[in-house]
Amino acid sequence: MNVEPEGKKVAIIDFQMGNLFSVLHACKHVGLEPVITSSAKEIMNADGVILPGVGAFGDAISNIRKLGLDTAIKDYLSSGRPFMGICLGLQILFTESEEFGSFKGLDIIAGCVKKIPQWTSDGRQIKVPQIGWNNIQPTNAEQWRNSPLRGISHGEYMYFVHSFFVQPDDSKIVLSVTDYEGINYCSGIIKHNLFACQFHPEKSAREGLKIYSNWASMIQNNQESR
Amino acid sequence: MNIRVIPRLDIKGPNLVKGIHLEGLRVLGKPEAFARYYFETGADELFYQDVVASLYDRNSLKEVVSRTAREIFIPMTVGGGLRNTDDIKEILRAGADKVSLNTAAIRNPQLVREASRMFGSSTIVVAIEAIRESDGRYLAFTDNGRETTGLEVLEWAQRAEELGAGEIILTSVDRDGTGEGFDIELIKMVANAVSIPVIAHGGAGSIEHIISVIKQGNANAVALASCLHYKAINRIDILDNYAAEGNTEFLKNKNLARNIGTYDLAEVKWHMTKSGISCRSEIGVANERRA
Repeated sequence: MNVEPEGKKVAIIDFQMGNLFSVLHACKHVGLEPVITSSAKEIMNADGVILPGVGAFGDAISNIRKLGLDTAIKDYLSSGRPFMGICLGLQILFTESEEFGSFKGLDIIAGCVKKIPQWTSDGRQIKVPQIGWNNIQPTNAEQWRNSPLRGISHGEYMYFVHSFFVQPDDSKIVLSVTDYEGINYCSGIIKHNLFACQFHPEKSAREGLKIYSNWASMIQNNQESR
Repeated sequence: MNIRVIPRLDIKGPNLVKGIHLEGLRVLGKPEAFARYYFETGADELFYQDVVASLYDRNSLKEVVSRTAREIFIPMTVGGGLRNTDDIKEILRAGADKVSLNTAAIRNPQLVREASRMFGSSTIVVAIEAIRESDGRYLAFTDNGRETTGLEVLEWAQRAEELGAGEIILTSVDRDGTGEGFDIELIKMVANAVSIPVIAHGGAGSIEHIISVIKQGNANAVALASCLHYKAINRIDILDNYAAEGNTEFLKNKNLARNIGTYDLAEVKWHMTKSGISCRSEIGVANERRA
């Protein structure tokens, strides 16, 4: 199967926070045609949508609602086309978060977002945020093979920057897990057309770009099967 | 925790420079060429510092950042001359992943709070330039160690964490560019007192220095300049395209500091791993070499 994602339009959702440039360049690098947008119409017309995210949960969700993007994201997801959430873009899909108080999320994925604890069970201090490279391990090798992580080594290093982690209610959607100072948490989820990860593939060197390239192939395949 | 190894690139105008005690800048070449080389050889992140920006209140780094961001897919922290949230927004949009604040944060600590709320704590790095006083106290400086602030380093580091900084890069101005080793006492004092990661910077001249600032100093990351640059300079074709700004004579002679050991990132990580320090090496770097 020779996949050429040329010309596939990807909407990178801009909710006026954080860095979209590295996501934009990763998309271009794998032959996608990205636009940075906060237009519901552009999101609905895209072949793929990325919800990126650096920033605080509370501000993010309030900006998303203000811009009317919560409905757009939900409508897009129900179209069955590929969606990728990154970091905060994973977290805000959840029911609620405890970042700077308690905030309701988009509630697309049942579960909560929790703060990384300050101490290990044996009393050592944990540095928060986790900033740096960490390993991603599969929970189910077949699920991994059928996801954008296809071809990525089990245990590969990916780049993480976060103070919070997600806890989905349904363990079957957990695509990858990561251990930080003894805390084993969900670092990636997959549910139908929705793929989301806590790490930043666009900052995870060549292996991260491979995830973008796999995701681009999924856009292609999704269109061919229509 | 995997300890990060971060090439630190000091920028003046269009050039990569390196000084001693943050002064006496020598031109080493094009930052983009070094950045690409470090990306390809396994750098965990890059750290760009515009060393003249806050003196002239200008922000010349943006172009270098946006060129680098097109071809380098690891995190980039950028500092120098960022005064407010608009400046931060602009440099993030140019392709930086994190920003480093020193002068502006000291002048207006609320900027750290505001920026960490707006962009997320993990996007905000507070840079502390420390100088040891004759009475043993460490004071925070600005403008490359030129301006005193009267702030005690430890107090300021704790305050920065409280304000919402996600990380601290701690420079020993006394050791910067000397190759005499990190100021372990300084690094340890801060690393043990804050719960956010601390990047040790200033003085690395040997593998032993790097190992000990991690093991004894409890650093979560190390920023390396001279000891990587002076090796990289022989691997990068730079002599034909450097711009003339600053002292370039030494570049032609390659008259490098004699007391600084020079290493590739792979060598640094190999030694770290051998000493029992975990870092991103085998899988990631091996795959990058294969590609």
